[in-house]
Amino acid sequence: MKIAQKTIKFLTIAMVAFFTATTFASGTDKKHDDQNDGGRVNTKEEVEAYILHHIKDSHDFSLFSYTGDNGERHHFGFPLPIILWTSEGLVTFMSSEFHHNDDGHVIVEKKGLKFAKVHSKIYELDQSASSISFDETHHPTNAHKVLDFSITKSVVGILFIGLLLLFWFSRLAKQYKTKKVPTGFARVLEPLVIYVRDEIAKPNIGEKHYRRFTGYLLTVFFFIWVLNLLGLTPFGFNVTGQLAVTACLAIFTLVIYTVSGTKGYWMHMVWMPGVPVLIRPVLAIIELAGALLIKPFSLLVRLFANISAGHIVVMSLIAIMFTLKESLGVVGATGLSLVLSFFITLIEVLVAFLQAYIFTMLSALFIGMAVEDHDEHH
Amino acid sequence: MYNLIGAGLIVIGAGIGLGQIGGKAMEGIARQPEATGKIQTAMIIIAALLEGLAFGALFLGK
Repeated sequence: MKIAQKTIKFLTIAMVAFFTATTFASGTDKKHDDQNDGGRVNTKEEVEAYILHHIKDSHDFSLFSYTGDNGERHHFGFPLPIILWTSEGLVTFMSSEFHHNDDGHVIVEKKGLKFAKVHSKIYELDQSASSISFDETHHPTNAHKVLDFSITKSVVGILFIGLLLLFWFSRLAKQYKTKKVPTGFARVLEPLVIYVRDEIAKPNIGEKHYRRFTGYLLTVFFFIWVLNLLGLTPFGFNVTGQLAVTACLAIFTLVIYTVSGTKGYWMHMVWMPGVPVLIRPVLAIIELAGALLIKPFSLLVRLFANISAGHIVVMSLIAIMFTLKESLGVVGATGLSLVLSFFITLIEVLVAFLQAYIFTMLSALFIGMAVEDHDEHH
Repeated sequence: MYNLIGAGLIVIGAGIGLGQIGGKAMEGIARQPEATGKIQTAMIIIAALLEGLAFGALFLGK
């Protein structure tokens, strides 16, 4: 009962904070004429553009937008800070200065430098240029990219989940000091921690070495799982569907199993015993490519593709209510879309867990291969 | 054009492979129900590796 009350209180506070922030942060800009041919918008193209926009990371936290009666586009969301490292040093400003423009028409001037945002990438314009121009291959001719350390939407998601996990698990750890059995939400976390330790770390790494790596496996498991679940909320995060994020996680695993590899592991990789000498270099190339390239690549692509594909499917099924409106009627299209997207979202909840499990499991398997003892001769 | 056909072929192959993995795991579980847990774990790992290959093909062939 006490937990329920606390949860309700937290949700109420979160909702109030959320709605006050959105009303302050609303902004408007003129809708572009090329999207609007004679009052009718091409629904299919707009849905496709919207889904592709959602899959990518963005510099502002946009919750929803709509076109008003007078053709003005209204945006609701938070601006996020943009942090750039340029020739003039650190440049910071809020993303609201771009006025939700994403095709380089709005130029922001800071410290005598001009910046334009095109498809969620920020370019620094040359001194003489007044607007950004592109050649046939969509490379800008009079601008170049800058080092972008911005707090983007994905970074907000990562920071939020990082703090949340820190809060949950430090409380769980603190409870063991005073009592044997944790109470409250920690009771949900304890079996999951034990599951990762006993079902993933122990059987794959082995009784002898598993303690060293359980910390990493637990971190990566909960990080991916909770971020996957955050991606299913209507806030529109797609953090584990960003190549940069999954690549970073895969590189962590790569570094851990490469650094902790035993002598036997490296011997079996570069100079396989018990094989004719002429075949050993060939095997070494295959083994090295497998361990240093293919293993991390398959880890990163699997997570990225699964989560991105899930988001695209959910959003496409939601978009049915617009695309099939004319052939099925408003009620029919909405009903179909509701039923399909509801069940696919349930599957996505399963996929969220499964992908976290598989990433952790394969990381444990690779680490286990690297640290296992090669005493036996074969 | 050809990369799309190649990606399609790989996806068909991966589909056949996934069917084989699932079917054989079912047979294994039916023969030895007490080994269900181990078979499921191995099945998921192999399915994940195969899925990684299929996604890699889709990703590179896009």
